[in-house]
Amino acid sequence: MSAPAGGGLAWRQARAGLLLALPSAALILVFFFGPVLYGLWLSLTDFDLYAIGDPSAARFVGLGNYAQALGAPDFWNSLRITLVYAFVGAPLSVAVSLAAALLVDARTTRWKPFFRAVYFAPVVTTLVAVAIVWRYLYQPQYGLVNAFLGRFGIPHVDWLGDPHWALPAILGLAVWKNFGYNLLIFVAGLQNVPRELHEAAELDGASGWQRFWAVTLPDLAPVFLFVSVTTVINYFQLFAEPYVMTQGGPLKSTNSLVLLMYEQGFRWWRLGYAAALAFLLFAVILAATAVQMRLQARERRA
Amino acid sequence: MRPRTGTLLLNAVLVAGAALTVAPLLWMLSASLMPTGQANTSPPPLLPSRVTFEHYVELFSHLNLARPFGNSLLVSAVGTLCTLVTGSTAGYAFAKLRFPGREGLFRVLLAAMLVPAQVGMLPLFLMLKGMGLVNTYAGVLVPWLASVFGIFLVRQYAQAIPDDLLNSARLEGAGEWRIYRSIVLPNLAPVLATLAVFVFMSSWNDFLWPLVVLSDDRRYTLPVALASLVGEHVQDTELMMAGAVVTVLPVLLVFIVLQRWYIRGVMAGSVKG
Repeated sequence: MSAPAGGGLAWRQARAGLLLALPSAALILVFFFGPVLYGLWLSLTDFDLYAIGDPSAARFVGLGNYAQALGAPDFWNSLRITLVYAFVGAPLSVAVSLAAALLVDARTTRWKPFFRAVYFAPVVTTLVAVAIVWRYLYQPQYGLVNAFLGRFGIPHVDWLGDPHWALPAILGLAVWKNFGYNLLIFVAGLQNVPRELHEAAELDGASGWQRFWAVTLPDLAPVFLFVSVTTVINYFQLFAEPYVMTQGGPLKSTNSLVLLMYEQGFRWWRLGYAAALAFLLFAVILAATAVQMRLQARERRA
Repeated sequence: MRPRTGTLLLNAVLVAGAALTVAPLLWMLSASLMPTGQANTSPPPLLPSRVTFEHYVELFSHLNLARPFGNSLLVSAVGTLCTLVTGSTAGYAFAKLRFPGREGLFRVLLAAMLVPAQVGMLPLFLMLKGMGLVNTYAGVLVPWLASVFGIFLVRQYAQAIPDDLLNSARLEGAGEWRIYRSIVLPNLAPVLATLAVFVFMSSWNDFLWPLVVLSDDRRYTLPVALASLVGEHVQDTELMMAGAVVTVLPVLLVFIVLQRWYIRGVMAGSVKG
C-alpha cells in the first residue's frame, strides 16, 4: 500500500468498520448486557407488583433475595429437578444421539441422508406444538404410549399425573425432540475419524466394540465435549415442556428452575426475587460447565 | 452370510428408530383429520374412520387462528431480516475492516453467548415496559434485532474473502459502502441463507419471550396462541392436533426445502466451541 493514499484508506476503512459494526454492537449492549446488569441490581432489591407502577418503591435489600431462595424448599426442589434434567436427561440424550449416529454412519447403512433427515425432523418442530401432541400420547386411557406398552404386557401408567413418572415422561419428549441435533454433529465428527485407523485396528483383530472404544471414541473426544457441554446447558434451561405438559406438577415434581423463575416473576410479579433465581441458575450452569471441562481435561491427560 | 444378517439387522434397527421418531408427528396429522371424539376412544385408533377437515375450518373461522399465524409470519420475517442486516454488516466489519477497539468489542460480544438468555429476560421486560414496548410487535422483535451467533457466523465466513479483492476495489476508487454492497454481500450469500433459515425457524418456534412480553391475544404468536388454546380446549384432541399441525407444518416445510442450508448452520454452530 502506498503511504499517502494508505493513510486515507486506513481512515476510511476504520470509519466504515465502526459504522457497520457499532449499530449491531449497540443493540446487543443495550438489549442484552443492559438487562443483565439491570437484573443484577434488580436481584438486590425487593422489586414487586407495587414497584412496577412506581419503580422508586423498590428498596435495596442486599443479598436478601438470595438468602431467601437458599432458605426456600421450593428453590431446592426446583434445583434438584433441574439437576436431574441436566445430568440424567442430557447424558441420555447424548447417548441416544451417539448410538443413532453410529448406526447412521455405519458402512453398510443404506439411505443415509433419508435417516439423517427423519431423525432430525423433531428438532425443527415447534416445541409447544409437539409438547401438546405428547400430552395426548401420554394420556392414560386413550394415549398411544400406554396402548403400545400394553402390547408387551406393561400395565398402564398415568404418565403426567403420577409424581414419579411425570419427570421421566418429560425427559422422553425432550430426548425425542432434540437427539437429532447432536446426531448431526456426531455424524460429522465420525466422518472425520480416519478410515485407515479403523482398518489398521481391524487387521490387528480388534472387534467392533474394541474399535469403538480404542479408535472412535478418543477421536470423537472434542466433539463429545462440545456436545455434552451445550446439551447440559440446554437441559438446565428446560421450560416449555413442563409449562405445557404439567405446569410444573404434579406436586411440583417437574418444576424446573426457569419455570419457577417465570412463575415468581410473571405470575406473582416478585421480580427482584425472580432475578435472583435467574442469577442462581446462571451460577449453577457456570459451575456445571467448569466441572465438565475439568473432568474432560483430566480424562485426556490420563 | 454373517455380514448380510448384520446389515439386515442394522437397517431394521434404523427403520424401527425412524418409525418411532416420526410416529408422534404422523399421529398428530392423523388425529387432526379424525371426526370429533374419535381420538378419545379405546384402543386408540391410528387412522381416521372418516377424513374430515372440520377442525381446520373451525381453527381458521371460529377460533381465528389466522391472526396468530400472520403475527408469527410477520415477527419471524422481520426478525430474520433484522438479523441478516446486523449480522452481515457487523460480521463483515469484525472480519475485514480494521478499526480501533475491534478485537476488544468482539470479545465482549462473544461473552454474551455464555450468559443464559433467561438472565436478561425479566429486566428486559421492565426496560421495554418503561419504553412502552410491552405487548407490541416491536417488543417481540427485540431479541431478534441483532444476534451474537449471527455476527459470529458471518465473521467466520467473511474471513475467507480475499483481501486483494477488497483492496483492488478500493484502489479503483470504490467507497466502503459500495464494496459492502456489491462485493461483500454477494460473497456472503451462502452463509446469509443459512442464517436466514436458522433465525426464521428459531423465531417461529420461540415461546418464552413472546409469552412474557405479549398480553393481548390479538398479538399472540402461534406457539403462545396454541398454549392458551389448549387451556380451553383440552378435551378436543382432534382440534388441538389440527392446531399443532398448523404450527409445525410451515417450519417442517422450510426444513425439507432448505435442509442443506439449515444443516450447514448446525455444523457451523458446532465449531464455535
